[in-house]
Amino acid sequence: MKIGLVVRLIVLLLLLAFLVSPQSFAGFFTLLTKNNQPPIYNQGSLLDLTLNHLAIVGIATLAATIIAVGLAILVTRPFGAEFLPLSRSLANIGQTFPPVAVLALAVPMLGFGTAPTLVALFLYGLLPIFENTLTGLSNLPSAVTDAAKGVGMTGWQRLLKVELPLALPVILAGIRLSVVISLATATIGSTVAARTLGEVIIAGLLSGNTAFVLQGGLIVGALAVLIYDALSALERFLMARTGQAGRAAA
Amino acid sequence: MSIAETAPTTTTRPAWLALDKIGVLIALVSAAGAALPFALFRANRIVLGEPKSLLAALPAPETTILVAVLLLGFAAALLRFSARIKLTIGFLVLAVLFIFMGWSASYLTPDGDTFARVSPGAGFWILAFAFALLVADALTRLKFGPWQRIAILFAVAAALALLLWSGSWNDLSILKEYSTRAAAFWNEARTHLALAFGSVAIAIVVGVPLGILCYRVKAVRAVVLNTLNIVQTIPSIALFGLLIAPLAWIAANVAGASAIGISGIGTAPALVALFAYSLLPVVSNTVVGLQSVSPAAIDAAKGMGMTGRQRLFGVELPLAFPVILTGIRIVLVQNIGLATIAALIGGGGFGVFVFQGIGQTAMDLVLLGAVPTVALAFAAAVVLDALVEMTSRGGNAP
Repeated sequence: MKIGLVVRLIVLLLLLAFLVSPQSFAGFFTLLTKNNQPPIYNQGSLLDLTLNHLAIVGIATLAATIIAVGLAILVTRPFGAEFLPLSRSLANIGQTFPPVAVLALAVPMLGFGTAPTLVALFLYGLLPIFENTLTGLSNLPSAVTDAAKGVGMTGWQRLLKVELPLALPVILAGIRLSVVISLATATIGSTVAARTLGEVIIAGLLSGNTAFVLQGGLIVGALAVLIYDALSALERFLMARTGQAGRAAA
Repeated sequence: MSIAETAPTTTTRPAWLALDKIGVLIALVSAAGAALPFALFRANRIVLGEPKSLLAALPAPETTILVAVLLLGFAAALLRFSARIKLTIGFLVLAVLFIFMGWSASYLTPDGDTFARVSPGAGFWILAFAFALLVADALTRLKFGPWQRIAILFAVAAALALLLWSGSWNDLSILKEYSTRAAAFWNEARTHLALAFGSVAIAIVVGVPLGILCYRVKAVRAVVLNTLNIVQTIPSIALFGLLIAPLAWIAANVAGASAIGISGIGTAPALVALFAYSLLPVVSNTVVGLQSVSPAAIDAAKGMGMTGRQRLFGVELPLAFPVILTGIRIVLVQNIGLATIAALIGGGGFGVFVFQGIGQTAMDLVLLGAVPTVALAFAAAVVLDALVEMTSRGGNAP
């Protein structure tokens, strides 16, 4: 595990160094260019694009988390129990929609730019979080929920003090899945003129400049790996804290 | 539980005369749909649309029929009818909506005007969504078996094919986009299918043996799974782009490579990228499937004197098959969607129309690419889910 941590720290430092001062890496990226193409993306700051990329993914994931967790809580209460089977199959059907199609279909309603990308990421991010919250809330050990009922906790108290804390690691696993999908899908947003790292990749594809494609891809890939690992570590920490080390995350 | 609490217990009302909670939601959605424009009329392909309400989109007699059918659907959703009745009425309303959409296009298009475009409006889509919800809810409640689900899928596909073949939709904008590029459409359809199914086929051929190796040799497992995990994080357009350079080099420097179709741009890098994305779910599901074979079954096989190879093919792989098939389902649905991105690097597929449409702000062209992709992915999911269920009966699958 120690070596893994060192590797991740090196990746993080390299990523930060590259974003702050991309020109110092020009020597490496020149190897991939031909005919004197620029080795480093020159139509905007990579740092700005990265921050914008992360902001779009962050906002979409936050909104998706609020709605998905809220809906999952609703359908696992007695009031919403009737919606449970339907919402399960809708979540299943929704995942067959390709992200490009969601993105393209959001354009006629919202125009070009960041808005359709946000909506597509939001809709696409809902499903893993909803499914995992549902799994987390409906697979609680019955001994615990019975005990909570036995000590006279109301429905709200049970939800906030017992069910949600116990389901939190599984919910987080859903959020992690959703973030990683969104990080990659946001690059496609640049085909509808959203300012994300996809711009770098598409500029590279259009001008046949492999250096651009590689730097865009590497930044997104490094972000995804680092965020994925950070959230996994957070899940393990929460699992250990709630004494569920034995329960596997969904 | 809640159903028992809300159902009438003391009165003699018939069971169907009570509000259905999901029905209330469907009724609200469909009421919104009925209020929004049913169709959009445009004088040519790219000008802004002129919304036509439900009452203005069709001649009076047809409007009356459509409104009556919608009210019937409204009642069927709202009240507690049996799931079978809801399903039948849901399909009926959807059929009427789709047929009348085509008629509306013919009605709104002035005679002989070849520039005018009529496309379904927000109201049509929301109504279709609401009643698709009714059908989905009824289907979920009826819990059909795998064969029945496949049969329903084929019946719906046949009905849609009949609708398109009959020509009643020919005045709709999406089919006008189709008719001007029918040959290209089928060409790209073939490419799309070849990309999606081809990459999955290669992934199965490579991934299942690799999964068996990972299962047998623990040292290999961590390396292979971690590498494949990292491949998955590379955004798809970047991976497509990154493969251009090495494949161009191979085409230029390896004798015979370009003769079998390997080149820097086009289908080859797309196929390789899709293959790379499919490998992780296939390999990891093979490992998980083999790991979940019960030790009792393996002990029994050993006790019967089976060799390692006999155990693998006679016991372990058949028992792990449903889990492996689940992995294949995931990658097939995913690759049908991802294959649209191949168009960005000249790889063809339905993405060609999506990106052309985005470029020309012609949304009907986007739909011409997006609708078949979604339909294919959906059909693949239904068929493979049914297959997984069939194979896991009596097996050890989760």
